[in-house]
Amino acid sequence: MAKIVIDGVTYEVNPSNNLLQESLSQGLDLPYFCWHPCMGSVGACRQCAVKQYRDENDENGMIVMACMTPATDGAIISIEDVQAKKMREQVIESLMISHPHDCPVCEEGGECHLQDMTQMSGHNYRRYDKKKVTHRNQYLGPFINHEMNRCITCYRCVRYYDDYAGGTDLSAQASHHHVYFGRQDDGVLENEFSGNLIEVCPTGVFTDKAFSKRYSRKWDLQVAPSVCTGCAAGCNTSPGERYGELRRIVNRYNSEVNGYFLCDRGRFGFDFVNSENRITAAFRRNRNGSEWIEEVDTGDARAAVANLKKTSVLGIGSPRASNESNFALRSLVGQENFFAGYSDLEHESMQLINNLMTNDTFHNPSIREIEQADAILILGEDVTNVAPRIALALRQSVRGRARELAAANQIPQWQDAAVRELAQRELSPMTVMTPYATRLEDVTTHSIVDSISGLIAMAQSIANEISNEAPSSSEANSDSNKEARDLISQIANELSEAKRPLIIAGSTAGDPKTLKVAANIARALSANRSKPTDLCLLSPEVNSVGLSLMVNSENSLGKALALLSSGEVKNVVVLENDLYRRASTASVDAALQTAESVVVAGHLPTPTTARATLVLPSTAFSEHEATYVNFEGRAQLSYQVHRCHSDVLPSWRWFMGPDIAHVDDLISLCASEITELRVLSELISGADIIPGIKVPRQSHRYSGRTAMKANINVHEPKQPVDEESKMSFSMEGVPSTKDSNILASSWAPSWNSNQSISKFQEEVNGELKQGHVGSQVFEKLSAQQSYFEITNSPQGSPCDLTISFAQQIFGSDELSAKTATIVERMTPSYIGLSLEDADSRGLKQGNTVRLGESSAIAIVTIRSKQKTGTAALYCAPGEINPFDVAEIKTICKSDTKQAVGDLDCLQLSDHWEDD
Amino acid sequence: MLKLIQDTLTSQVHTLWLVFKHAFVKADTVQYPEEAPYMSPRWRGRIILSRDPDGEERCVACNLCACACPVDCIALQKAEDEDGRWYPEFFRINFSRCIMCGFCEEACPTNAIQLTPDFEMAEYVRQDMVWEKEDLLINGTGKYHDYNFYRVAGKSIKGKDKGEALNEAEPVNVRSLLP
Repeated sequence: MAKIVIDGVTYEVNPSNNLLQESLSQGLDLPYFCWHPCMGSVGACRQCAVKQYRDENDENGMIVMACMTPATDGAIISIEDVQAKKMREQVIESLMISHPHDCPVCEEGGECHLQDMTQMSGHNYRRYDKKKVTHRNQYLGPFINHEMNRCITCYRCVRYYDDYAGGTDLSAQASHHHVYFGRQDDGVLENEFSGNLIEVCPTGVFTDKAFSKRYSRKWDLQVAPSVCTGCAAGCNTSPGERYGELRRIVNRYNSEVNGYFLCDRGRFGFDFVNSENRITAAFRRNRNGSEWIEEVDTGDARAAVANLKKTSVLGIGSPRASNESNFALRSLVGQENFFAGYSDLEHESMQLINNLMTNDTFHNPSIREIEQADAILILGEDVTNVAPRIALALRQSVRGRARELAAANQIPQWQDAAVRELAQRELSPMTVMTPYATRLEDVTTHSIVDSISGLIAMAQSIANEISNEAPSSSEANSDSNKEARDLISQIANELSEAKRPLIIAGSTAGDPKTLKVAANIARALSANRSKPTDLCLLSPEVNSVGLSLMVNSENSLGKALALLSSGEVKNVVVLENDLYRRASTASVDAALQTAESVVVAGHLPTPTTARATLVLPSTAFSEHEATYVNFEGRAQLSYQVHRCHSDVLPSWRWFMGPDIAHVDDLISLCASEITELRVLSELISGADIIPGIKVPRQSHRYSGRTAMKANINVHEPKQPVDEESKMSFSMEGVPSTKDSNILASSWAPSWNSNQSISKFQEEVNGELKQGHVGSQVFEKLSAQQSYFEITNSPQGSPCDLTISFAQQIFGSDELSAKTATIVERMTPSYIGLSLEDADSRGLKQGNTVRLGESSAIAIVTIRSKQKTGTAALYCAPGEINPFDVAEIKTICKSDTKQAVGDLDCLQLSDHWEDD
Repeated sequence: MLKLIQDTLTSQVHTLWLVFKHAFVKADTVQYPEEAPYMSPRWRGRIILSRDPDGEERCVACNLCACACPVDCIALQKAEDEDGRWYPEFFRINFSRCIMCGFCEEACPTNAIQLTPDFEMAEYVRQDMVWEKEDLLINGTGKYHDYNFYRVAGKSIKGKDKGEALNEAEPVNVRSLLP
C-alpha cells in the first residue's frame, strides 16, 4: 500500500496502479476517455490531466496525465487545481469540435460517457466556427449501427475489438483529424464479441441496432439483475423492459464471471421473449382421429397436472430451465421418475463432470481465474461456439507471456501500449485439440485437428509424458513418428512448467472419454505440482449442471423414451424442452405417440409441443425469478424483470401444489431437499436493507407513468405488487444505486453511462459493494481417485468419414436461434471436409451433399486444416436432427436445386480459398 | 397613546376612501366567453406538437420532455421512418395530470413541443383529456418559426446527406493521402 495525497487528503492506494484508476477507486470524479478498467492506459485522449507536485514545498507543480502516472508512494496531486481543470476543459473542447449536435437522435443519449465528461469538465459552448469534419457510415451487420460523425478518436473501439477480442476487421483508418474507425468495406462485423463495442465506445458511434428499432432511454427501462441463459457461462446481464416488451440486454458486472463483457449471443439473442408465437394459454389437443385444439382454463390445467400424480407418470427435465422448475417437476413425479432432459451421451458426460468437480485434485476455475492461466490445453471443445465468453477470457490468458515480460522489464501492467509493444506476438502456450479448427486459431500455439479418438490417443500420451503413472495410449508407441513425439513432449513441458496450467474439456465434444483423459492430464499435473490444477469442464446449456445434480444416474433420456414407447409408463411431463434436439426423431416419435398423455410446459411452439396432449404456457427467463448453476458450479439468482400475460406461469407453478406461494419458499425447499444445492438458500438470504421496503426496478427518473396506459383508461391502475421478490415494479423504495444489496443498472450522480460502475466496486475491477458473485455448489472432497483407464479404440464408424458435430454461436442454442437478429447471422447446415476428401468425391466449395439415405442436405465447405478422413457437420436447428444422421454411411453429392441458403455468415479460421 | 389613535383613524379613513374610489374605476372582469381576454404568447396553456419550416414533424422522439415532466404525463415511443428521421410512433399527453409547468417545452431540443395561450380544455369526461399525437400535432411552426433540427444535426436523412448540415465539411475520403 502506498500513501498519496489528492487535493490535501491522504489516501491509501495500490502502488502498482496508475493515478486515474486509484482516484476512481477512491470514488473521486476525474474525467477520462481512452482508459478502460479492463484495457489499461494508452494516454491517447489527454482528458485525465491532473497537477502533480514534487513535494510539499513545490508550489507550481506540473500537469501530468493521471492514467499514465504510477500511484507511487508519497505522490501529491491535485484534481481540483485551476490549471488542470482548465486543461481538461480545453481538451474536451477540442475533442468536441466536430461532434455533430445530434444527441436527441442518438441512442447513446442519456447514458453517454461523452455527455457525462463534457458536463464534468465544464465545456458548454463551441467557440470554433470552422466546418465540422464528417464521415460516411458503414453497414456493420444486424447488430450494430455505425455513426462515425460522433467519434472523438479515443481508440477504445480498436483497442477492444482488435487487441482484446481478437477481431481483425475493424481498424483505424486515415490520419490526423480524418481518423476513421470502421471496416475496409461495408459488411458484418465478424467477431463474436462485437456487441461490446456498444458499451466500450464512450459515445454513440457504435449503438445497438436491434434496440434502436424499439428504442427507449436508459432511465425508462425497467431492469432487474438477471443471468444470461444463452450458454453455461452464466454471464450476468441486465435486461430492460418498456411497454411490456423486452427491449435490450446489457452487461451487468460480476467480477468473477463476465466482468465488463458479454458475447453477441447473450446480448442480442433475447427477442424470442417478445415473439408473436409465444404460447399464452394452456391448451389441450386430441390426437385421435380428427385433431382439435381447445383452450383450457388455468385452474383446470393445474388440476389435470395434479391428477397425473396418481397415475404412472415420468417427468423429463430441462437443462435450459431453472433449478426451481426442474425441482418442481421432480417433486411432482418423484425422484425415481425424473429423467434427464439431455441426450444420453451428455448424461454420461454430466455424471462424470459432477464427479470430477467435487474432486479436490482439481480446481474449478471461474472465468476470471481462466484469464490468469499461463498454459492451456483445450481438448475437443470449440469454446468460441459453446461458451463464447470463456473464449474471450482465453484470449486474455494467452497474454500471460506479455504480463511476464512486462514484469521482468519493470513495465507496469496498465501501460497497455508498452506491454503490447514489448511482447509483440509472444503468447503463453495454448494447445487446442479439436475435431475441426476453431476460432481461437490465431492465438493458438499448437493447433491439432484430428478425429476425437485420435485426439484422445494423443492426449493420453501427453498425460503419460507429464507423469509416468498416467496410462498411455495403447497405440502411442507403435505408430507415432518423431515429430509427433516431439510435439507431445513439448506440450507436456509447457503444461508442466506453467505456474497455473488450465485444462479445458467438456460434454459437447460428444465423447465422455475426452473428459476422462483431460482429468488424467490435470491429475498428472496436480501430482507433479502437489496442488490442485485448474480443470474447466464445459457444459452446453445454462443449467446443465443444475439439472445433472437432480437426476439419478440411471435416469437417462433413452430410458425414459424406452419406458414410454414400451407402454410401461403412460404419461409424461416434459419441461421446457424440445426432445427432438435430444434424441433421434424415430425414438421420440415412438415414445410420444405411445404415451397416453403428453404434458409439455414451454414458451414457444416446438415439434415436441406439436405432439403434446396438454400444453402449459410458461414464462421466459426475464419473466420469473430463478436460480441457475453455471459450468463451474456457481449458483446465481436471476430476478424477474417484467410481468407477462396473466395465464403464463413459471413452470414450477404448474407442477407445485398451492402450498408453495413464493419462489423463495421453493428455493428454500429445493436447497433443503437436495444436498448439492443447499447453497441456493444463500442466494435469497440477503436481508432487506430496510425491512418491508423493496428495491425499485424502475429508475428514479422513469417517465410516462401517468400516461403510458391512459389510452386504455385515464384512471391509472395501481402499480403491480411483487409479492415474491425483494424488488418492486415501481420507482419507489430503497434506490438500487448504492443503498441496496441489488444492483441492476449502475448510475451515480454525474455518471449516467455504464462507466459509473466504478462507483459500485470495492476498487476498480474489484468485487461489487452491493453485488453477489454467486455461490459454489460443489464442495471439494478428498476422494482419492486414481487415473482413468481409457480404452480408446477408433470407433468402427459405419461411414468412411469420421463425423464430428460442429457448434455455432448463432444457432446451436435453441432459444436465441429464434431471435430475428440472430437468425440473420445463422448459417444453414454445412459439412466441413478436407481438400482430399472433397476432391475424391468430386465436391467443390458450396456444393450440396445428401447425408446417407436421409433427406438431410448440407453445404460443403472445404477447410484447409480438416484432417483427411474426418468431417465436421453442423446441424442447423430445424434442418437436421444430429441424432438422425449419426449413423450415416455415405455422403453423396446432391442434385437438389432446393434453396438451402449460403454460408456467407459462416466464420471459419481455415476456410480453403480456391486459387 | 395619542399617536396610536391618530394613526388608526387615519388608516381607517384612508381605507374607506380607497374602497369608495374603486366604485368609479373601469372593471377588470370581462364578459367571458362572449368577450375573450388577451393572452400573452408566452402563456403556458394547451400543449401542441409543431412542424418544422419544411412541414415535417419536428418531434424526434428523444424522450426529454417525458423525462422532464414532473407528473410523468407524457408517454411516447420512438420510431424511425425510411428517410432516417426519428419520429414518435405514438405521443400521448394525459392533460388530466398536466400542470402546465412548461418544463417539456424547455427540455425540447427541437422546439417541437410548445405551450400555447389556449386554456379552454375542460371536458365532461376525464378520458377525453388524454390526447394522442393526432390531437397534438399542428400544421405549423408554432411560436418558433425558423428552427429545423435536422439542418443543424449531423445525422443524415433523405434529402440532407452527410456534410450538408450547418457548418459541415464534405465527408472525408479515408483512402486519400492528402492533408
